[in-house]
Amino acid sequence: MADAAIRTRGLTRRYGDLLAVDRLDLEVRPGEIFGLLGPNGAGKTTTILMLLGLSEPTAGRAEVLGMDPTRRPLEIKRRVGYLPDDVGFYDGLTGRQNLRYTARLNRLEPKAAERRIGELLELVGLAGAADRPVEGYSRGMRQRLGLADTLVKDPEVAILDEPTASIDPTGVREVLALVRSLARERGVTVLLSSHLLHQVQQICDRVAIFVDGRIVAQGPMAELAERLASETLTMEVGLEAEPEVAEAALAALPGVHGVRRDERDERLWLVTGDSELRTALAGRLAERGLGVWHLRRAGDELDEIYARYFERGSRRGRGAGDGRAA
Amino acid sequence: MAEPPDAPRRRLPSKGRGPGRRPSPRPAAPARPAFAPASAAPGGSSAAALAAAPVERGFGGGWLIVAGKELADHILSARFYVLVVVLSMAAAGAVYGAASGIQSAAGQIASQPEVLPAPFLALFTVSPQVGGQSLPSFYALIGLLGPLLGIAFGFDAVSSERSEKTLPRLLAQPIHRDDVVNGKFAAGLGAIGGILVAVVVLVAGLGLFQLGIVPTPEAVFRLAAWLVVSVIYVGLWLAFATLCSVVMRRAATAALVAIALWIVLILFGSLLAGIAANALSPLPSSPTTDEQIANSNLQEALARVSPATLYAEATGVLLDPTARSVDLLTSTQTQGAVAGVLPLDQSLLLVWPQITVLVAETSVCFAVAYISFMRQEVRA
Repeated sequence: MADAAIRTRGLTRRYGDLLAVDRLDLEVRPGEIFGLLGPNGAGKTTTILMLLGLSEPTAGRAEVLGMDPTRRPLEIKRRVGYLPDDVGFYDGLTGRQNLRYTARLNRLEPKAAERRIGELLELVGLAGAADRPVEGYSRGMRQRLGLADTLVKDPEVAILDEPTASIDPTGVREVLALVRSLARERGVTVLLSSHLLHQVQQICDRVAIFVDGRIVAQGPMAELAERLASETLTMEVGLEAEPEVAEAALAALPGVHGVRRDERDERLWLVTGDSELRTALAGRLAERGLGVWHLRRAGDELDEIYARYFERGSRRGRGAGDGRAA
Repeated sequence: MAEPPDAPRRRLPSKGRGPGRRPSPRPAAPARPAFAPASAAPGGSSAAALAAAPVERGFGGGWLIVAGKELADHILSARFYVLVVVLSMAAAGAVYGAASGIQSAAGQIASQPEVLPAPFLALFTVSPQVGGQSLPSFYALIGLLGPLLGIAFGFDAVSSERSEKTLPRLLAQPIHRDDVVNGKFAAGLGAIGGILVAVVVLVAGLGLFQLGIVPTPEAVFRLAAWLVVSVIYVGLWLAFATLCSVVMRRAATAALVAIALWIVLILFGSLLAGIAANALSPLPSSPTTDEQIANSNLQEALARVSPATLYAEATGVLLDPTARSVDLLTSTQTQGAVAGVLPLDQSLLLVWPQITVLVAETSVCFAVAYISFMRQEVRA
């Protein structure tokens, strides 16, 4: 593997008493889509600002495309596109004029930039609205314009902060498809941050789960799921039975520790227990003559992995917080 | 938020899908793996067929790009036109009044030219009398309204970037952080200079037409010097308003603070200086002349903290060749003085301290705005 596109070593940022980012070690490889996942306030945006040289680290160092952001911010900003969280535009200018300003700030050759802007607007589906003031754009349109803005400079690395936040599901799919095609077809390295895991799960090669300023888990999706699943197991079960009967029957099975109703789907039960349940549950249910219409291992979902990491992370985080306060 | 039904949806480009190839060779770029095209997701699209835009190398001159955009914004903004119209009307009124006054005294001027050695400049300095009331002269009017120009172009310079959430995007482009504040200040100065020149040309034309005097080169130079000083004076208010926009989150607060200072200095500047002077060097019940002079000098010195005073003194001398001092003169000092006019360089020399202090105050305001901006977090 070539050198990392982004690498941090012990990157730390402190605001007064608050440790926003705590000894972060991160490595993003060229051409991959890396997801920085964590709840709001976990330090994702602070990390991104440090990568761009827009914020000074308190300790540790970062390297983007082999350069130190505190020393050579302009070169990094020339080659790295950044889509800020909650991106804003000059409302009085049209979409095209906004992109043109970005192109000028990047010293792109005007004629070629104009052509590229036209193509980008087409790509993000804003060709028809390009010459209307941004004032009248919807949230989703702004987000797509933001993506085009990030790409104006033809970046080698794209850093996208919450690219799917607050846009409708169709918009999310479109944005994600675009991000994926950037990475796969153009070889752009993508670092994206999100607190909406199920959305970015589909496109990330690797993720880091970020809670209270530190990474609690890092690695390919499947690996993270595996690691957690080996500890305890949750199965989603749908039974052909009255709820009371089903609950009692499930709870009575050997190896089952707990049964609760799935909040998202009232007809399903979430059964936790030993890892052997994974293979044995279906058989045991059949032995008792219960009709199974749904059986699925839960916990592969990033949401659930994340929720569990998050619980552990914040427990640890709180502990560390107490330690700092003392 | 739902999109309006007429919002254009993404078109699916069918062409140009294929292994990634970058048309622009970039020396330092890492090797790019050529992946197979991603399976088409709903609404999937291809980024492979984008044109590359070659880069003009170098990172200098970022402030010029910012200034160009800001200046275009200013010139297209409603506030620009409102200010041009308001200032032109006020100035035209003052000059028209002054011209009428000069015209009615034309006979006296013709017989005794030393009464009004520079009639063209008098257009800008004479207070028109309307119905027994004295209106402010043109230069007093600019001293009064000039700050408004500076405040109008500065009060939301930086805070608008924050409220529109464009600041992080702007700072993520390859420009120095100070290019933003420098460019905005330069654009503001440009807009102000443009307005002042336009107004002066307009009223000078009006006066010429009415009076039929051709200005001497000396008068034109004096007017140009006055313009430069005026731009510095308005630039001071621009710098102060920019400082407010950096420090204060909301544009409305910044505008209020700047306007409040403007009103206090214009209306109460000399009053405050008088109070402070009396407190610092109180006059006894029957003061001697020396004591009175000391008090008066102190009051003058204190009043000169205010840019309004400095500007009034500087412009008064620059536009009036007969003015020989900005300080208090006793009758003994003026006794036996021969009435005459000063050449421009002597007038400039006389108010050089005032101009220097104006420049210094502008620089300090701008420097504080600059430093605060550089130290601020990108994200509030």
